[in-house]
Amino acid sequence: MHTAVNLWPLLGIAVVVAGFLLRAHPVLVVVAACAITGLAAAFPVTHILESLGSAFIKTRNLPLILLLPLAAIGLLERAGLKEHAQASIAKIRSATTGRLLTVYLFVRELAAAFGLTSLGGHPNMVRPLIAPMAEAAAEARVGRLPEALRHRIRAMSAATDNVGLFFGEDVFVAFGAIVLMQTILRAEGLEVDPLHMALWGIPTAVSAFVIHAWNLRRLDRRILREAVNDTGLRQ
Amino acid sequence: MISLDVFYLLVGLLFAATAVMNLRDRSNPRRVGTALFWGLYALVYLAGERLPPLLAGLLMLAMALIAGFNLVRPGQPQAVPEEVRRASAERLGHRLLLPALAIPVVTMLGSTLLKDVRIDLRGWVGPLLDPKNLTLVSMGCGAIVAFALACRVTRATPLQGVREARRLIDAMGWAVVLPHMLAVLGLLFAEAGVGKAVAHVTTSYIPMDSRLVACAAFCVGMALFTVVMGNGFAAFPVIAGGIGIPVLVGVYHANPAVMAAIGMFSAYCGTLMTPMAANFNVVPAALLELPDKNAVIKAQLPTALPLLGVNIVLLYFLL
Repeated sequence: MHTAVNLWPLLGIAVVVAGFLLRAHPVLVVVAACAITGLAAAFPVTHILESLGSAFIKTRNLPLILLLPLAAIGLLERAGLKEHAQASIAKIRSATTGRLLTVYLFVRELAAAFGLTSLGGHPNMVRPLIAPMAEAAAEARVGRLPEALRHRIRAMSAATDNVGLFFGEDVFVAFGAIVLMQTILRAEGLEVDPLHMALWGIPTAVSAFVIHAWNLRRLDRRILREAVNDTGLRQ
Repeated sequence: MISLDVFYLLVGLLFAATAVMNLRDRSNPRRVGTALFWGLYALVYLAGERLPPLLAGLLMLAMALIAGFNLVRPGQPQAVPEEVRRASAERLGHRLLLPALAIPVVTMLGSTLLKDVRIDLRGWVGPLLDPKNLTLVSMGCGAIVAFALACRVTRATPLQGVREARRLIDAMGWAVVLPHMLAVLGLLFAEAGVGKAVAHVTTSYIPMDSRLVACAAFCVGMALFTVVMGNGFAAFPVIAGGIGIPVLVGVYHANPAVMAAIGMFSAYCGTLMTPMAANFNVVPAALLELPDKNAVIKAQLPTALPLLGVNIVLLYFLL
């Protein structure tokens, strides 16, 4: 009954996994996976190239979100936006990296749950404002940061934006994922109210906040610990 | 009507400028390769659908080879010293935040208030903003408003803005095109029937005779499939159709709303763990100038893995 399923295209997935494990150049991995998948599905070479080409043109709307804010953000950075954000956060004595990012997580997740997904994002919020503030809050407490810790704080700032966005937006009824789920379930003969799907997402959304906020607390403790070790070594 | 074509044109011109500036930059050790890479990408945006598919495919292949053999490098544009930036920050103060906030504000206004605004241009009547791409078009308008405000606040010329955009594009390098190429791979996977093959393998070889195993297989399957495809939307139909509907709803009488909601969130746990979701995980690492391209994923693992466990438990008890 399942004999009609062609399993050879799974080789494309194998190429992706092997490529990332071997730390090959990601762009080459993707192109190799495209070639292997196409050949495994027995497409002629010109057909593979045409499929790639039309898909490449069709999906060129994807990078717009990243690219359009760059000119404005670049100008503001040149005029000292990062330095301003850092000076502002350093004035708040109770601010720690973990607390700052927890507040951002809360705002980001709540805003996304109300459909305001554009309040945030890596090019226009994390790079110019959130990451510099998170670094400055740590520096205000412990002084100069070791390079590895500085990078960890930046990575956590990006991670906080992602967690807030993902687990907030799916609680919003009009979000694409909810519409997609409704369409798929309807095709299978199950009628589900979008509001119920959004509501049953809330326990996970709350858990995501709690777990990530706890990880941010751990980051605060790590900052203190490494700063103590650092001064200990210098003495 | 303001449609995506306007922004394709702008981005195409921006890439063309990046190419020309790199070609003329003697501090860039790989200026020809770099210029060629951004020049070809400019062509994708400027020519768009007019490009024959075969040519576009060859063009994508050429870009991948240029990037894959490390011929795309940033130049060393003269940076503004930190003291100057600090002084400028003190002088301008909170005014610097205004343009940055314009992007979300205009996006929100565009996608809510201006949604149904229609215009009449010498007999041509139609919506102001392209309704099919409302959010993206609104965000584009927001970016333009922000750019105008940024020029005003910082007293810089638009040309300086283009130079700054080039600096940021240079800093990210090939990471800019990775999400785009992964989306192409996703479409090819769909065309070649990879989803069907995975569904066949997962549903044929996992025993579903205990409720806990079925819940765990469903959640982990969603996450793993998303790790491979880089997109929860690709995983959901496959795993919901393979395990969710026949086993969880069919055998264990789960509430479909619970199955769907927790299933999609399990897929999102997968999104947090994969370099295939490049625009969330790899691009920010490049944007924040982190030496380890997987640093963001590593920061997300301690949230994603426990949350996946919580999802399994929640599904088991709410079923």
